[in-house]
Amino acid sequence: MNVFDIIGPVMIGPSSSHTAGAARLGYVACKILGEPPVKAEIRLSGSFAQTYRGHGTDKALIAGVLGFHPDDARVRDSLKHAAERGLDYSFQCGDIPGAHPNTARITLRGARETVSIQGASVGGGNILVDEINGMAVHVTGQSNTLVILHHDKPGTIAAVTNFVAYSGVNIGNFRLSRPQKGGQAVMTIEVDGEIPDILVENLKILPNIIHVVLIRAV
Amino acid sequence: MLSYQSIEELCRQAEEAGTTIAQAVLSDQAAQLGLEEGAVFAQMADRLQVMQASARAGMDPELRSASGLSGGDAAKMLAYAQGGGIAGPFVCGAIARALAVSECNAAMGKIVAAPTAGSCGILPGTILSVLEEEGCGRDEAVLALFTAGGFGMVIGNQATLAGAEGGCQAECGAAAAMAAAAMAELRGGTPRQAAHACAMALKNQLGLVCDPVAGLVEVPCIKRNAAGVMIALSSAEMALAGIESKIPADECISAMYEVGRALPASLRETSQGGLAATPTGLRLKRQIFGPQNESR
Repeated sequence: MNVFDIIGPVMIGPSSSHTAGAARLGYVACKILGEPPVKAEIRLSGSFAQTYRGHGTDKALIAGVLGFHPDDARVRDSLKHAAERGLDYSFQCGDIPGAHPNTARITLRGARETVSIQGASVGGGNILVDEINGMAVHVTGQSNTLVILHHDKPGTIAAVTNFVAYSGVNIGNFRLSRPQKGGQAVMTIEVDGEIPDILVENLKILPNIIHVVLIRAV
Repeated sequence: MLSYQSIEELCRQAEEAGTTIAQAVLSDQAAQLGLEEGAVFAQMADRLQVMQASARAGMDPELRSASGLSGGDAAKMLAYAQGGGIAGPFVCGAIARALAVSECNAAMGKIVAAPTAGSCGILPGTILSVLEEEGCGRDEAVLALFTAGGFGMVIGNQATLAGAEGGCQAECGAAAAMAAAAMAELRGGTPRQAAHACAMALKNQLGLVCDPVAGLVEVPCIKRNAAGVMIALSSAEMALAGIESKIPADECISAMYEVGRALPASLRETSQGGLAATPTGLRLKRQIFGPQNESR
């Protein structure tokens, strides 16, 4: 925690959890997709489903999906911006069993790819994305984070962490998720400080790597 | 490095360095964030500017929230404040600013959560009022936000700043305590006097529940921001007069946390008790969301 977590964040109201956090969730989904989304299907669970209109949770999520930050004045009329940019969106309410009360599942389709993330707004504008394409992750958006989808083959983790080490970047948190042995797996790597673009490019060409996403702190 | 685990630590650090808590927090945060003091100061100055812009935007008489529950009251207060009211133009202006920033928040305007969005009117109501009406310098007002931030970090570490965990005492209560300490230091009080101001403000909001009508950050949150300003002002005034809190600030923070834990879930942001569960509160909820959301 630092002083700007207390005197901050700067955000579009009215609620840090239901508005600012929601915008961050949408933003992370947008970054993971990595291309302009043409379709967004959003499922709201718990308190999000109950009160989303009054808190502008729908506007905030769509704003994030469009790549707007939580303090962007365009959050207020993001639905209009979505129409202008040809983003087709839909909201559905339905509880996701066992999920945090402020949970959203966001499925985005771009021209090339489709991603689905599940995450919660856990208070004070902070978020936790715990699922990407059905795989368990741990993305808070507080530190710069690498999410690396890869084949579950020996030496892949060592190769990635070696490259990170050579770039002088310190790993603050590392998680691996693997639905089944020998299939696809995903690493979530939170680092201290900046991640150079060249590191991301280098990681992409390593063997067994399918997809590398850099999520900058939001 | 400061750990922000106690108010005692903040006071001692400032006293040993012969400086203010504001300066101690600024220097420490620059070191912890790996930035120049000037850069950290500039970032806080930007936040003060956002607060001023929210206060201006919130004074619009036509402003309304999406639910229609709030908006336009700050404008009424501002018009009334011209006449001086009962407590004088400074106090009436401070109430108007607190309402304005909170109404700006409810209407999806840009605000600084301080420490939360629900309590975002209290620091502007106090510090901006001194800046705009009493004529403290802009730099002093920015420093006051560092005092507030230091106290807020301790409250966040030792208790909570979330209404869902500790009730409104953790949001508006914490904001008022931060503002009281900041005002005391801004007006030349010692670190100890700032700590007493913080303690007195917390003591006066122990047990305050979080019971938002329809789950929205509007009723009663907006008016509690105005009340928080009053508590911050009276606490800072008492501390500057040399009045001390018999219970030290750190113990008040622990008490706030204990009281928060003892509150039933219905009074911690779930909108199942308090004002949210009154006949009018429930009627407003039906009006906004329709009858299907009436069930819990």
